[in-house]
Amino acid sequence: MTGLAVDLVFQLMQMTLVILIAPLLTGLVRAVKARLTRRRGPPLLQPYRDLARLVRKEAVVADSASWLFRTTPYVVLAATWVAAALIPTFATGLLFSWSADLIAIVALLGSARFFLALAGLDVGTSFGGLGASREAMFASLAEPAMIVIVFSLALIAGSTQLSTVAAAMTSGVGLRVTLGMALIALVIVAIAENGRIPVDNPATHLELTMVHEAMILEYSGRHLAVIELASMLKLTLYVSLIVCVFVPWGIAIADAGVGDRLAGAAFYVAKLGVAGVLLGVFETSIAKMRVFRVPDFLGAALMLGFLGALLLFVSRTLK
Amino acid sequence: MNLLQALLACDAALLALSVVAVSVARRSGASAFVYGATLALSAALLAAAAAALIGRAGPARLTLPIGLPWVGANFRLDALSAFFAVVVNLGGAAASLYALGYGRHEREPARVLPFFPAFLAGMNVVLIADDAYVFLVAWEFMSLASWALVMAHHRDSGVARAGFVYLVMASFGTLALLLAFGLLAGAGGGYGFDAMRAAPPAAGVAALALALALVGAGSKAGLAPLHVWLPLAHPAAPSHVSALMSGVMTKVAVYAFIRIAFDLVGRPDWRWSAPILALGAATALIGVLHALMQTDLKRVLAYSTIENVGLIFVAVGLALAFKASGLPGAAALAMTAALFHALNHALFKSLLFFGAGAVLTATGERRMGRLGGLLNRMPATGFFVLTGCAAIAALPPLNGFVSEWLMLQAILLGPQFPQWTLKLLTPAVGAAVALTAALAAACFVRAFGIPFLGRPRSDEAAKAREVDRFSLAAMGALAALCLLAGVFPGVVIDTLKPVAVAVTGAAMPLQAEIPWLSIAPIAESRSSYNGLLVFLFIVASGAMAASVIHRFASDALRRAPAWDCGFPDSSPATQYTAESFSQPIRRVFGGYVFRGRERLDMPAPGETRPAVHQLVLRDPVWDGFYTPLGEIVGAIATRLNRLQFLTIRQYLSVVFAALVALLLILAAWP
Repeated sequence: MTGLAVDLVFQLMQMTLVILIAPLLTGLVRAVKARLTRRRGPPLLQPYRDLARLVRKEAVVADSASWLFRTTPYVVLAATWVAAALIPTFATGLLFSWSADLIAIVALLGSARFFLALAGLDVGTSFGGLGASREAMFASLAEPAMIVIVFSLALIAGSTQLSTVAAAMTSGVGLRVTLGMALIALVIVAIAENGRIPVDNPATHLELTMVHEAMILEYSGRHLAVIELASMLKLTLYVSLIVCVFVPWGIAIADAGVGDRLAGAAFYVAKLGVAGVLLGVFETSIAKMRVFRVPDFLGAALMLGFLGALLLFVSRTLK
Repeated sequence: MNLLQALLACDAALLALSVVAVSVARRSGASAFVYGATLALSAALLAAAAAALIGRAGPARLTLPIGLPWVGANFRLDALSAFFAVVVNLGGAAASLYALGYGRHEREPARVLPFFPAFLAGMNVVLIADDAYVFLVAWEFMSLASWALVMAHHRDSGVARAGFVYLVMASFGTLALLLAFGLLAGAGGGYGFDAMRAAPPAAGVAALALALALVGAGSKAGLAPLHVWLPLAHPAAPSHVSALMSGVMTKVAVYAFIRIAFDLVGRPDWRWSAPILALGAATALIGVLHALMQTDLKRVLAYSTIENVGLIFVAVGLALAFKASGLPGAAALAMTAALFHALNHALFKSLLFFGAGAVLTATGERRMGRLGGLLNRMPATGFFVLTGCAAIAALPPLNGFVSEWLMLQAILLGPQFPQWTLKLLTPAVGAAVALTAALAAACFVRAFGIPFLGRPRSDEAAKAREVDRFSLAAMGALAALCLLAGVFPGVVIDTLKPVAVAVTGAAMPLQAEIPWLSIAPIAESRSSYNGLLVFLFIVASGAMAASVIHRFASDALRRAPAWDCGFPDSSPATQYTAESFSQPIRRVFGGYVFRGRERLDMPAPGETRPAVHQLVLRDPVWDGFYTPLGEIVGAIATRLNRLQFLTIRQYLSVVFAALVALLLILAAWP
């Protein structure tokens, strides 16, 4: 019974960790970008202050909005949070890690996007529709790309369960061409899904270039705070996913002791920091692309993922 | 009385009801009487079929002394029939309940009421038929009854053409099935299914029979390129009939295919599965892309039916391939995915057609460009339709996700195939399934977002009111079933076990033994999914976030005009429409799928004529296949037309020549 309690504590710790660290990661990326463009930039903790300020403000809701508009932020946050909680960050084999596999995590993010796109359409303004329609187009390519990447990982690890995948990767599967393909494809998908440059600019409010921002244009106050938190969480989720699959070293394998798990947490935070810096550097060094170049960009991810999966399909059997 | 007799008795009662309905159809209260009776009979049929499925009784047989004199009419109830009978009668009961309210608005009850019970009876008899004669008679009965229902509003524009195309395709499909059964019966003419099972045909004949079955059942199910009638005919019928045709009749076609491919043709060959997989994947993609382009709500749903039928055929093809390759465990997984998806599609597609009917009742509109803002005016309908849209978009924790998850798990077993063709084909099919799922999500954001969200685009939409209680009850029940099947998928999978065993010879591991109500695809795999926990987590974390914020931060809310980047009070016409929502996707995929042409005629500054934006989307299947086919048939008919104007002597010599030619062929036959 104590084992179960300890497991439960670690599962809750994971959920708390991801949601607490998410604004920090966003703050880090912003700080790196600011320094690289020779600005002083906001302090690292600014996202927390933004969220705290937004939460205390009253929410202004458009007259034509339905109940869906007011529920969506919580649905989006819940789906993203559950998905993030299921990704092994500092330890594999957490209590609830078997309740959903990687396909389900992708689908949970799909649920979040589904409701966000609906919220974009709910108020009945042209910007909301614009954001929703473009998001739908990106998603229609990013999601299959993600699924074929899942195919590759599942075939290498013998399971779609992320804990198993991470454990298989730590035990050493060697350098593989297919892994490289999957990594590139996954990075492209992560960039597109999080609306980072070159696909979308998280800092823009220039009307015609917005995608994600256009969908949430009508949100204010606590609703906006919740949606912002959800998108920070999503960034953390994707970074954690890449980290746990491709650089799993330091992660505590199931049944590891408390000390190993705490060490795993330290490793995890360090890895997030490195990833945040890399993302900042990448975003500064590249220009945003036109909306209709994005399908080519995502199509490349789809093709790479598919080629990787194809190679694995013909070369091995699922254990 | 055993369960098979009970089923037959209910079917007979449905037929009798159909006859009674002819005489009472014009009286007031006839609608309530007929639909009440079909509701009771469907519920009875559902109970009997469920009892047979859950009770795991061995196959029951019955022979009635009607039909062909030396065969009789044979009926048989096994697990496969029982499962599909559950699907059919679940849909039938829901449609009857819905029609208790919806049917009151029927303009011409006399054209609908007599055929509705007959349609239900036809579908039910197909499922328990045990010889080719009963099967084909019931099949044709089902086709003609549904044709009559499609033609109920025959004076509306487009309906007559839809009916004509449907009739041609249905006859063609039945012909293909007739020939398939002819091949299976062999020279001895054993038309009973028992005789076919006892003497499976040679490999070449079996392949031909299976191809014919694919054409015959596929044309009814909507498999590309035989799908063209479906988006014309399904939306033309009254909405509860559309729900039955899309949600249920396509499943009868799937049943026919599974019955022939897995039961009657003998040992399967893996080569057969390749065309099924390819056709299924192509159908799914074509269906969902067309669904994204439609602007009529019911046509969106009809095209989405094609998509889902494609997915079901993909899973069936995988099951056939696994079975032929000696991998029964994987075959059971794929077959369970197919059956689960068939059940799911029956649930959410019926729900969505009911929703479209409710919108039609409330506003008189099916064109999405005239709707908008209905969620505020029809909250209950909106909520149920939203559930259906989320389910069909394969979002966890609803049921659509579970069947797609099982399908992807089956695809991940693809490397076990010994054949290179299948090793290469499976990941391609997997990518197509993933692409389809993503596009379906986009499609149902659009199908829900444009009519139900935003601001009303017409007066009718602005004045919409919530529909009656019967319609809401039917939609609510189906929405609840979508959630239940998604949250407790293990129960459904375990219920499907006898069907999987009967069809593939193996079953998925017993899900009830897995702790915490998780599901796992095969015993060796360590993948699992737990719908209940995902559902509880989402509810708990969402509720927690909301309550913490409301309690400790702010719950103040102010209503104000929309911000819209500061543009004041724009007209509802500035909202995104169905066409503009899918424009990016059309630009990405449309070029080669639809040969889409966009023409923009923008007047020069100072000119007063209006700007014209013209969009032409063509269906390559019509252009490349049916139009040439129609021309060829027309040309041949023109040539043969001369035969109608011969003298009696010439006719006699033609008959004589034909007789001599046939006798010569017979004499030369080995």
